[in-house]
Amino acid sequence: MSGKLIGRSVTRLEDPPLLTGAGRFAADVSFPHQLHMRIVRSSYAHARLLAINTKQARALPGVYAVWTAGDVAHVPPIDFRLTRVDGLEHYRQHVLATDRLRYVGEPVAAVFADDPYVAEDAADLVEVDAEELTPLLRADQEPGEFAPARRTEPAIVHKEYGDVDAAFRAAHTVITLDLAIGRHSGVPLETRGAIARHDRARDVLELHGAAKVPHWNRDQIARMLGRAPASVQLYEGHVGGGFGIRGELYPEDLLVCVAALAFGRPVKWIEDRREHLIAANHSRQQTHHVHAAVDAAGRILAIDNAFFHDQGAYVRTHAATVPDLAAAMLPGPYRVPAYRAVGHIRLTNKTPCGTYRAPGRFESTFVRERVLDAIAAQLKIDPIEVRRRNLIGASEMPFRRPLDTLGTEIVLDSGDYARLLDRTLKAIQWDGVRQQLEARRRAGEFVGAGIALFVEKSGLGPFDQVHVTVDTSGAVEVVTGAASVGQGVETVIAQICGEVLGVNYTKIRVVHGQTDRIAHGLGAFASRVTVMTGEATRIAASKVRAKAIETAAELLQAPADALDIVDGRVVRAGVAVGPSIALGDIARALAPTANPRPREPGLSAEGWFHANHMTYPYGVHVAVVAIDRDTGAVGVERYLVAYDIGRAVNPMLVEGQIVGGFVQGLGGALFEEFLYDERGEPICVTFADYLMPSAREAPRTEVLITEDAPSPLNALGVKGAGEGGANAVGAALAAAIDDAIGRPGAVTQLPITPRRLRELLRES
Amino acid sequence: MSDKRDITLTVNNRSYSIRVEPRRTLVDAIREDCGQTGTHIGCEHGVCGACTVLVDGAPVRACLMFAVQAANKEIRTVEGLGSVDNLNPLQRAFMEHHALQCGFCTPGFLMLVTGVLEREPDIGDDELIDVLASNLCRCTGYQNIIKAVRAVAHDMRQARSNASA
Repeated sequence: MSGKLIGRSVTRLEDPPLLTGAGRFAADVSFPHQLHMRIVRSSYAHARLLAINTKQARALPGVYAVWTAGDVAHVPPIDFRLTRVDGLEHYRQHVLATDRLRYVGEPVAAVFADDPYVAEDAADLVEVDAEELTPLLRADQEPGEFAPARRTEPAIVHKEYGDVDAAFRAAHTVITLDLAIGRHSGVPLETRGAIARHDRARDVLELHGAAKVPHWNRDQIARMLGRAPASVQLYEGHVGGGFGIRGELYPEDLLVCVAALAFGRPVKWIEDRREHLIAANHSRQQTHHVHAAVDAAGRILAIDNAFFHDQGAYVRTHAATVPDLAAAMLPGPYRVPAYRAVGHIRLTNKTPCGTYRAPGRFESTFVRERVLDAIAAQLKIDPIEVRRRNLIGASEMPFRRPLDTLGTEIVLDSGDYARLLDRTLKAIQWDGVRQQLEARRRAGEFVGAGIALFVEKSGLGPFDQVHVTVDTSGAVEVVTGAASVGQGVETVIAQICGEVLGVNYTKIRVVHGQTDRIAHGLGAFASRVTVMTGEATRIAASKVRAKAIETAAELLQAPADALDIVDGRVVRAGVAVGPSIALGDIARALAPTANPRPREPGLSAEGWFHANHMTYPYGVHVAVVAIDRDTGAVGVERYLVAYDIGRAVNPMLVEGQIVGGFVQGLGGALFEEFLYDERGEPICVTFADYLMPSAREAPRTEVLITEDAPSPLNALGVKGAGEGGANAVGAALAAAIDDAIGRPGAVTQLPITPRRLRELLRES
Repeated sequence: MSDKRDITLTVNNRSYSIRVEPRRTLVDAIREDCGQTGTHIGCEHGVCGACTVLVDGAPVRACLMFAVQAANKEIRTVEGLGSVDNLNPLQRAFMEHHALQCGFCTPGFLMLVTGVLEREPDIGDDELIDVLASNLCRCTGYQNIIKAVRAVAHDMRQARSNASA
């Protein structure tokens, strides 16, 4: 099918191999004579490393080598990819611990063996001698010492505009809240994996199992190992979920590369689940102390927020990204005339942190919407009405917020927030819901509803590059430096290319995540691919289309403006029968050997798209809950996500993103939490302790996708859809639970576990 | 740990004579010794179900069983369902209902559901959710998995009642 493809819920190109066991995930990649790596990890949260005895491990038959920090002393610490802030560089992680152990799970030694079982046996024989130190486990207590003369507060994120202090002096009411968000993370079902191979014949270092940002990682690995970037290539296979955590550059990625170079044998590392839960990035944990100045009508005059970001033991690739986004995105859809955010980045003796779907926004939406609910309760204004009074109006778009994040100024590109609120309330029949809940509460049930509004960000630039080529068989190949983490990139890009070029999308092969196929690429994060890669694809496909029609015009001796491309053939527009020519034949006519020789051989083109600003989708979450007074369990009876993404390329996939994101948000709001004991020992190291929602916990989700506010920043008008499902779940559920127990502002902490809810119920 | 045993695993009607340590898990044997990598390892402690295969018709966590325990039993994996050009009804339903995103958990869900629907074709909608709750998916939020499985269960019941009518 060609013709109209954008906006259609076509099935995915990705599915057939994944449904038949033909997928190629990291663990599925193997090379002859490979060694298996096993990491020896710190069992101390905080200790001085005294000695490592590897003798017994090395003596085990089948063990090839055991490395400690001295063996990788030439490898610098892993650098920042985003949001570099001065001072953070002293807190980067080395690939193996040197003199201090700073979290349980920190890589201390690496064992290499012929067999993964033997590698694990040997790892158990490595003895780590250390002197235990007192761990620092809270980000909001007095900072401690990271290293001599280095405090555990490396930097403070400060964002401010307007006269905050004057606004507080003029306030009718001041709202003060202390709020906390728990530590949880993306936890993809596929653990991390990395397989390195040095092709000595070509002197190319290959790393398989790449994800998310292959080009950036390639450049970093090349720099860290002193190689030319062209001699390091990364290959993305199937990726078993991303969510922010997977694909960042980690110590294990470097270790397999260095070992493959040193040993002349391929080296494979596949993480186990316990390792994943203590060694891959955590996220989210923050405490906020927020003040809001409001007038008598509930209008926000200023917000002043101080927060503490628990970064864990080291500053990894995201540097200050999460606290920066939390500070920058907190004002959300509301007019906030004066604003101050002071975010303390604090190191603790826990797993280092990075991003997780809607980073900084899941957190700040919880804070902001708690503030709105508190204003409503204190001034006795309906929670919907108080939000309406503060929303930025459609006529104010584009709305420039005097803040920046991810190197871009925040300019809300388009939106009609009040309209989406209206559409949401109508879709869920809010008044009817309220009445029913009221009646049930009178009958003694603990039921309630809550609402939360948010603005997301998407489409981070600054560029994307795409090659589109039609070969002589008529097959189309799109090569992009974007990456796939399972979200349907191939299908969406093929839909855009297919519609523009006039080709069935199933005939289009989308190549991504291969550094040897395209010079530049920024990968997949920040809901950027459909916006950035989509637009670059549209531009490249438009050029190919023009070239095909121009060539066909000569071959068919017809005016170019009378021609169209339908199902891969150039035809006379609007004529059912008549001369036509297949794109493959046009490609043949454009071959470098063709006679006459074409001016520019090949039916192909390159498309570049540059963007200095992000696009800002926005949404509303509504939750209806029933609480079991005996168990403290929260039953989510209804949940609606309304999300305006400008234009949906494939609504089925957008809905999939929203529902999937919602259930992850649900996990973080009610169940998931990485806990530690007082010695800094992680308690949640299996799926029996780290509780992710199953089909039983995931309620049916109502989804309202709207296209009221196309982005003016790209020709298709699209905004990213990946993170809105997760963004406001904590906020909406908190409001619904408050409502159910009849105590406005009761929920101050996520996740709202049964134990915490029972405590709240006992208090009331 | 080096005393290896010679066993025969029968995977999708094909016999594999392999030599394994007694401690080798079934999932490692299926993947590494039989080369069938469609069965995935998600947690290695029997919670996520990504490694679910059918052993003598019953869904089994292949990470919790030793290969030697599965010798001479009938093992079925995702590779034994329909092929890329000829998906079976359950695979097709997963595709049509967008019941997979990254696809890592998908083989486990397919084998779980295959085993359950073969044994209990009349399973109720609510019971089905209990069954599906035994595996984890991190992408889809489960709604489309539930829809796909219900649609297939419904079609199977319909086909049987048509056949018996």
